[in-house]
Amino acid sequence: MTAAMQSTAMPTAEQHGFRPHSDGPIIPVQTRSERFRSVNVEDFAPVTGREHEWKLSPVAAFADLTGGELDGARLPIETADAPGVDVSWIARDDARIGRAGTPEERASANAWSSFGEALFVSVTGEEEKIAAITRSGLGTTPRAAHTVIEAAPNSRGLVVLRGAGEARLTENVEIVVGEGASLTVVSLQEWDDDAVHLASHFARLGRDSFLKHIVVSLGGKVVRVNPSTHLAEQGSDVEALGLYFADAGQHLEQQVYVHHDAPHTRSRVTYKGALQGDGARSVWIGDVLIGNAAAGTDSYEQNRNLVLTDGTRADSVPNLEIETGDIEGAGHASATGRFDDEQLFYLMARGISEGEARRLVVRGFLTEIVQKIGSPDLEARLTAALEAELEGR
Amino acid sequence: MSVLEIKNLHVNVETDQGTREILRGVDLVINEGEIHAIMGPNGSGKSTLAYTIAGHPKYQVVQGEILLDGENVLEMSVDERARAGLFLAMQYPVEIPGVTVTNFLRTAKTAIDGEAPSIRGWVKDVRESMSNLKMDPAFAERNVNEGFSGGEKKRNEILQLELLKPKFAVLDETDSGLDVDALKIVSEGVNRAKANTGLGILLITHYTRILRYITPDFVHVFVAGKIAEQGGRELADRLEEEGYDRYQVAEAAAAE
Repeated sequence: MTAAMQSTAMPTAEQHGFRPHSDGPIIPVQTRSERFRSVNVEDFAPVTGREHEWKLSPVAAFADLTGGELDGARLPIETADAPGVDVSWIARDDARIGRAGTPEERASANAWSSFGEALFVSVTGEEEKIAAITRSGLGTTPRAAHTVIEAAPNSRGLVVLRGAGEARLTENVEIVVGEGASLTVVSLQEWDDDAVHLASHFARLGRDSFLKHIVVSLGGKVVRVNPSTHLAEQGSDVEALGLYFADAGQHLEQQVYVHHDAPHTRSRVTYKGALQGDGARSVWIGDVLIGNAAAGTDSYEQNRNLVLTDGTRADSVPNLEIETGDIEGAGHASATGRFDDEQLFYLMARGISEGEARRLVVRGFLTEIVQKIGSPDLEARLTAALEAELEGR
Repeated sequence: MSVLEIKNLHVNVETDQGTREILRGVDLVINEGEIHAIMGPNGSGKSTLAYTIAGHPKYQVVQGEILLDGENVLEMSVDERARAGLFLAMQYPVEIPGVTVTNFLRTAKTAIDGEAPSIRGWVKDVRESMSNLKMDPAFAERNVNEGFSGGEKKRNEILQLELLKPKFAVLDETDSGLDVDALKIVSEGVNRAKANTGLGILLITHYTRILRYITPDFVHVFVAGKIAEQGGRELADRLEEEGYDRYQVAEAAAAE
């Protein structure tokens, strides 16, 4: 690892793991940006579960989404509009589709090959605004979807893409952030217990633009949301945040990729998760590629997991590739820890009951992410949802 | 009149090398309003006594009793002990990320009193106590003990002592690692808490330094898990001059 370790959020030596990595030195098979890509599902071999992008996923649980035929009809949506946010359906041959990225695996390509129309969310105007789009009542038919969120130059806004109820869904979400725009996208997974949701997000950031991208996964049997951000132009900046709470039997996964591809770009990736109950499972893979053109890059990624009970498993894999020596800083950190009994003792020694003490600690752990969302309503709702998770509801 | 009684207390700890007996029959009676200093060399069991009173799961009581006003403390959970009126100021307070001092204090106060404190009075009390302990108001919005210096952590412990108003407080080496200014501030806080609530204090320390600022009514010398000698504050003066060697020689001789 050749990362120059400079960051305002420097971890301790122990957190960073100045000790050798447990799985030995990793030699990537290829540079992250050179993965095979195609919008056509037939260009990908059937998924076996041995592929690097699938090897930590329960592929048998969603063979219909990676290999089967998908219903590409419009998803049932409810929208809470805001002035300056326009939501419409556009045809699959519309020129506004395909500008932010291209599928790198079969579920994503299957969705791209199968969707009928795309949902187009247009954000314009310099006032702050919040728009929420809820997809629910999707049923159990395997479905494909495509969404394009575009923030016009210098616009500002927050878009919530929420999923609830039953679902077997594979989808692509393109996020196009115009020059000087500041956009927040929240992908909120509150699916029913049996739902499967596979998503690839592709963001392309214009000059001096800012994207705050937040993945919140609470409900669903298998939820895999993989956001890629292409810092394509000078001065672009992404803050990628994630929050997940895996219960018994739940698989929550996120493969986060940030490509620094222009000078003076900045990225901060912070994913935090809690795991509770038998078979609770989380996967976080964080890839950062600092390309040759990305002089002056400032990058830091981290993943933290809090293990609340026995019988859980958290995989956490940060990867960093640097192709230029001229950077401001790049670092990564990963830590997975058990619930700290000394914290529990300290709080209980002040009269606080065990249940309340656990809630305080977990809430404290996850609240860092919640507080960064920037919507008081959504923050309050998420805090309540996390309380419910903690109580096993 | 509250009283904390410790009778023939024997305590074991599980270590990698097997079970170790740390306390070997401790007897102690502390009345409300009294300050007892427990002094002794490292490894004599002082901190074990502190954590056993608070109920840390690492320590197993194999014999003896701890009674608070006749109630069996050993049957209470950690939080029940705190609600019954026991307080432990820890030597190494832990960090609680994401939980602000304000939130923590209010949660603890509510738990101890069984009802939420009135907002206006509480905010005023907290501000006053923090000011007395020369704590920056910004502390209230920081996460509990996160990034606090050693001195700040100890002040935060005494802040809790003042606000939670226990019947008995155990101060586990509260003086360790403090410079003289911080030591004075912390000692004043303890004296103020005693003046305000008349609590009983078990002051555990390795050094006599803190006894210049907090005057003990009784001094107990701990050696090898037992009280080897007790007396008034003059015993502390003698320890300052002679150290603990005398007891350790006696202990070695007794072991032969």
